[in-house]
Amino acid sequence: MDLPLIWSVLIATAVMLYVLLDGMDLGIGMLTGLAKDDEERNLMTATIEPVWDGNETWLILGGGGLFAAFPLAYAILMPAFYLPVLLMLAALIFRGVAFEFRHKAVRKTTKLFWNGAFFGGSLTAALSQGLILGGFIQGVEVEGRSFAGGPFDWLSPFALLVAVSVAIGYCLLGACWLILKTEGVVQARAKKRALLALAGVSLCFAAVSLATLSIDPRVTERWGFSMAAIEPAKLLPLAPIPLTGIVLVIMTARDLMMDVTAPDWRPYLFSAGIFLSGYLGLAVSLFPNIVPFDVDIWEAAARDNALMLMFVGAAIMLPVILIYTGYVYSLFWGKVDPDEAYHD
Amino acid sequence: MELDALILSRIQFAFVIAFHILFPAFTIGLAAFLAVCEGLWLWTKRDVFKRLYLHWVKIFALAFAMGVVSGVVMSYQFGTNWSVFADKTGSVIGPLLGYEVLTAFFLEATFLGVMLFGWKRVGNRLHFISTCAVAIGTTISAFWILSANSWMQTPQGHAIDPETGNFYATNFWEVVFNPSFPSRYVHMMLAAFITTAAVILAAGAWQVSRGQSSQPTRWQIRMASGTLAILMPLQIWAGHWSGEVAHHYQPAKVAAIEGWWETADVQGTVLFALPDEENERNIAEITIPGTSPYLFTSDEPLQGLKAFPASERPPVWPVFWSFRVMVGAGLVMLVLGIWGCVLWWRDRIDRPGIFHWIAIPGGALGFIAVITGWIVAEVGRQPYTVYGELRTEDSLAPVSAGQVATSLLVFMVVYAIIFTAGAVYMARIATRGLDDEPTDPPGREHRAPGTPLGSVDDPAEMPSRNTSPAE
Repeated sequence: MDLPLIWSVLIATAVMLYVLLDGMDLGIGMLTGLAKDDEERNLMTATIEPVWDGNETWLILGGGGLFAAFPLAYAILMPAFYLPVLLMLAALIFRGVAFEFRHKAVRKTTKLFWNGAFFGGSLTAALSQGLILGGFIQGVEVEGRSFAGGPFDWLSPFALLVAVSVAIGYCLLGACWLILKTEGVVQARAKKRALLALAGVSLCFAAVSLATLSIDPRVTERWGFSMAAIEPAKLLPLAPIPLTGIVLVIMTARDLMMDVTAPDWRPYLFSAGIFLSGYLGLAVSLFPNIVPFDVDIWEAAARDNALMLMFVGAAIMLPVILIYTGYVYSLFWGKVDPDEAYHD
Repeated sequence: MELDALILSRIQFAFVIAFHILFPAFTIGLAAFLAVCEGLWLWTKRDVFKRLYLHWVKIFALAFAMGVVSGVVMSYQFGTNWSVFADKTGSVIGPLLGYEVLTAFFLEATFLGVMLFGWKRVGNRLHFISTCAVAIGTTISAFWILSANSWMQTPQGHAIDPETGNFYATNFWEVVFNPSFPSRYVHMMLAAFITTAAVILAAGAWQVSRGQSSQPTRWQIRMASGTLAILMPLQIWAGHWSGEVAHHYQPAKVAAIEGWWETADVQGTVLFALPDEENERNIAEITIPGTSPYLFTSDEPLQGLKAFPASERPPVWPVFWSFRVMVGAGLVMLVLGIWGCVLWWRDRIDRPGIFHWIAIPGGALGFIAVITGWIVAEVGRQPYTVYGELRTEDSLAPVSAGQVATSLLVFMVVYAIIFTAGAVYMARIATRGLDDEPTDPPGREHRAPGTPLGSVDDPAEMPSRNTSPAE
């Protein structure tokens, strides 16, 4: 059994779930910056209050899983992204406590501060995650068993582009979640914002895809492009990934623009699909590197007995986690009720 | 002392972990308290327990959020600042942390949502199960993290790969159940329950001393005193157990705790001293001689710090003094617990008195004991991260002092802000008096008209509910 391969798929899945679930939380956090008044802001946060904590746990599984399954990758990547990781953590701290604190603040200034912390924390967390992803895709300098680059190696126009893309993408997920969870005016506004975000996402994802293709000759080659020609044998089997993304963008746009009868859950599902296609595209580009472009998953993996022990745990626990997470989501299914918004 | 990346990273780790541990220490105990309250409410149908639950669950939500966000920081610290440690030990303690996420974090985080927001969506029984799931989750989480930390104290069940120099497990059972794990797990769990009891007692004492004594206040103050009186003696025993294990596996740590410099067959108990590390002696020492035969079961001579080369000794000052502060805090809580029970017995616990004035600042004692106890454990492990095997200076990530100084500063500012706000909000709720009125159905439903106290309903809320312009 190829345990490093299994674990790379498991960790990639955890990160993907994080992006889809907490990405939508962060997106809603950014959208609260546009809320008309406190009532709308409270309604928006109420759609995620019961679940955000579990959503963020996927990030801990991603980070903790990387440490446990690929200690070498964790040991190289974390120092490489020291500053953006710090930025992300600080932002997530403010975002997380603001969920609670903004309801507890009495004075107007403190209320304003925690609303700002919720918005700013969400925005900064999204941007710093994008910076880390961008820095990751463009590759990390390695010497021996450790990071050998400088503290600002990650900073590049490409990383900034990815950062903006991630933030806009999260806004799309957040807006689509609001479409699912709210009604009336708030929902109508969410639809408009989702449409704007969708336009941004299409542009950004296209730009990131093209830029990624040109970042390293190995990536270009994997997709069947070279200076001289296109190799259909390589490109064709992979082509469905970006094509699905494009089709989903069109379908989401149709739902948001014309199809008033579309079920409210569909835009979220479609935009999750857009993310998935982008994510798969990246996975295909970078596999089997876990520290592009120097260390692969087999070099970075922990000992087989450690991977096996965790595999047994994950094989039992992940289905259980997914079941009770699904149960809790179904418990809070349906439009959010403003009256039971906060537990005070 | 030069502020290089090593010392800055150590300060940063000490700071973020000390900040973090305050919240788990409190929420482990509080989750158990909430589960007990809800269970008692379902069992006895007495309103007072539901009132306590609804009161303390608000504080729990705040403390839990602060624990989560400061905990996320911890899961990245190993990599950002201690990447060599992460690379070398990942195959041994990585799975333990992985199991913590899989078996505990998701359980806590997911059912917390039901606990806080699910009142109207699930039945009482299912709500109680959710509370229990959160409480059990906190216990499981402590199990794994204590196991990993104990392996760093008393490593076993591993070997070292000659090629990479990395640790790998030869027997995971031995890794998880390493020698210091059972005693340290028990010690920490009791510490968490005691910390929470001291806080609950302090909040109750505050209400009593302000003349806001009510049925729930009376219950909370009694439950907390009783808990302290029962658990503190157990904790002293658990602490002693933990000390015995350390004595066997980490004699240098025990020598620093006790302030022993010389090796001798019989050692005394140093009550007070100013350890002088340069000249290897204590200044102004006050000692009860000849106590060691009663404290340690050992046939060997008891080693003093001089038995270890200076490069193998932990810093003596912080270990020596933290230990005394921890013990002192524990003893005061023991006295508070017994005193409270005596007052309860004499039916005077609801009348303000000296006890209440001492119990109010006493709410901090559990936290003080937890922090100082962890300083003893972690500083006492120095100069190693994995005791006897991997030195701290060889664990550091290749980061610059400038980066670490930046992050340390950021964490200090951010934590200062959220700690101040969190403490203020929690204190505001905790000191708010409870009343004897029957509770609403949970959530925001209106009080049923015609209930006995319906006519004296909170006047501040009446107009807005009935005559709000929107209606």
